[in-house]
Amino acid sequence: MRWIARLAPPLVTLVIVLAAWHYATGPGGLPSYLLPTPLSVGQALWSGFASGEFWPHVLFTLCSTLIGYAIGSVLAIIAGVLVAESELFERFIFPYIVAIQATPKVALAPLILVWFGFGLASKVVLVALICFFPLLVNTIGGIRRTDPELIAMARSFSRPGWWIFLHIKLPAAASAIFAGLEIGVVLALIGAVVGEFVAAERGVGYLIGAATVNMNVAAMFAGVIILALFGVFSSFAVRAVQKRIVFWERAPSDLPTGERP
Amino acid sequence: MSATTSETRPLVTLSGVRFAYPGRGNAPVLDDLSLSVGEGEFLAVLGPSGGGKSTLLKLLAGLAKAQSGRVAVGDVEIKQPHRDVGMVFQRPTLLPWRSVRDNILLPAGFAGGASESDRARADRLLEMTGLQDSAALYPDQLSGGMAQRVGLARMLLHDPRLLLLDEPFSALDAMTRERLSLELQRIWMAERRTAIFVTHSIPEALFLADRVVVLAGRPARILADITVDLPRPRTLETMGTETFNGLALELRRLFNTVAGDSGAQQ
Repeated sequence: MRWIARLAPPLVTLVIVLAAWHYATGPGGLPSYLLPTPLSVGQALWSGFASGEFWPHVLFTLCSTLIGYAIGSVLAIIAGVLVAESELFERFIFPYIVAIQATPKVALAPLILVWFGFGLASKVVLVALICFFPLLVNTIGGIRRTDPELIAMARSFSRPGWWIFLHIKLPAAASAIFAGLEIGVVLALIGAVVGEFVAAERGVGYLIGAATVNMNVAAMFAGVIILALFGVFSSFAVRAVQKRIVFWERAPSDLPTGERP
Repeated sequence: MSATTSETRPLVTLSGVRFAYPGRGNAPVLDDLSLSVGEGEFLAVLGPSGGGKSTLLKLLAGLAKAQSGRVAVGDVEIKQPHRDVGMVFQRPTLLPWRSVRDNILLPAGFAGGASESDRARADRLLEMTGLQDSAALYPDQLSGGMAQRVGLARMLLHDPRLLLLDEPFSALDAMTRERLSLELQRIWMAERRTAIFVTHSIPEALFLADRVVVLAGRPARILADITVDLPRPRTLETMGTETFNGLALELRRLFNTVAGDSGAQQ
C-alpha cells in the first residue's frame, strides 16, 4: 500500500498536466502543427508500435546505446584505475584526458560518422566516447579519495598492494563509480540520438528527424516520449543495481557524487 | 626467539631514532630517542598532541621509516609492517562493506580465504570483546565503543607479539572510555602481550599501564619514566587510592610545566 501513497502525487501532477495540455490544444488554443493534442500523440505512439513501424527504430537505439555504454564504461573504469594507481600513466596520459574531456564530444559526431559509417558502429563509438569521461573522472576521484587511514590499517596488517586495491580502494570508490555510471547512461542516450540525427537510416533519433521533415509533430512527440521513458528506466536500473552492490551506503543520493561533467 | 625469554628481556628497542616528516622543514619529530619495552609489559606513552606519540607507533608498525637509529621488535629490525606487530587506530578504521565478523577476520588469509582455525579464533575474540551478538552487524550499526572493540578484536586475531594502541578511546564518551579501559585490562591480562598504549589522559595511562613514559617537545624527549606499582586487576576503586592520586598529581605537575614551555614556543 505504501507504493500507492508514493505514486499518487506524481500521478495527480500527470493528470493535471495532461488536462492543461488538452485544454491548450482545444478550440481557440494552439494549432496542432505547433502542439499536437495529447490524444493524437497517444494515437501516434499506439499506431507506431501496433503497426510494427517503431520496433526496429527502438531496437536500433537500444542496441547502440547499450553496447556503446557497456564498452565506454568498461574502458573508463580500466583507464580510471590505471590513472589512479600508476603515476607513470597519469603523467603521460592524464593531461590529454583532461583536454579531450573539455571538448564537446557531440562536435566529433560528423567525424565519427565519416570514419565508422552510417550504421550501428558509428553510434556505438559515439556513445562509448560520450559516456567514457564522466565515469573516468569519477573512478579516479573515487579511488583517490579512499580514506588513507583504511589503507594504513591494511598496510599495518601486511596486506599487499593488490589486496588493498581489491578489498579497500575499489569498494571505497564504488559509490563514485556508480554516480559516473548514472550520469553515463543518460549521456549514452544523448550520444545515440545525436548520431542518429547526423546520419542514420534507423533509430528513434532518425524517426524524430523524419517526422520533422513531414511536419508530423505528433510523431516527433512520440519519439521524445520513447526516449524519455528509456532514459528514466535506464537510470532507475543503474540506481537499483547500485543499491544492491553498494549496500553499505544507506542514502546514496546524499553522498558526494564526484565530478559531474 | 626461544620460548624461555625472560620478563626483563626487552621486546621493543628503539635506539638513537630520528624521524622528520618530509616537506615540513627540518624540524624532526623524534631525534636521538631511545626506549625499550620489556616482554609482557604494558607501557603507556603520555604527552600533549603533536608530541611524537603517534609517530612513535607508526615507526613500530612499519608505516614510517626512521631516518637514523634502530627500531626493533624482538630480533627483527622494523622497516616495513611486520606480522609480530598489530595496531588499533584512533578511529575504528573498519571497512563499512564488511560485517563485524569479516572485519575481525581481515588480517586472516588473502582473498577472503580464512581458515577454520581463524574462524574459531574470531568467534572466541567476538566473545571476549562482548560482540558475539553483533557479529553480523555492519559498522554503521555500531556505537563508537563497539566499533573500537571490533578494532581491538581485529588486532588480536592478527596474533601479534606487540600491541600498539593509538589513543583508541579518545573519540569516546567518558563512561564508555572507563568501561573499555576495564575491558582492555581484562583482555590484556588474559593474553599478556607487550602493549604500547598512546594517550593524553593521565588517569587512563595510570589505570592501564605498568609503566608510563611522558613524551613531549619537538623533537620529542622522554621527560619522565614512571613505574606504576599498583596491583592487578585494577578496579575503579584503584583510581581512588593514594598511590594512584600521588602519581596522577606528579604527572599533572610535569605536564603543566611542559605545556607552559611549548606554549611559549608555539
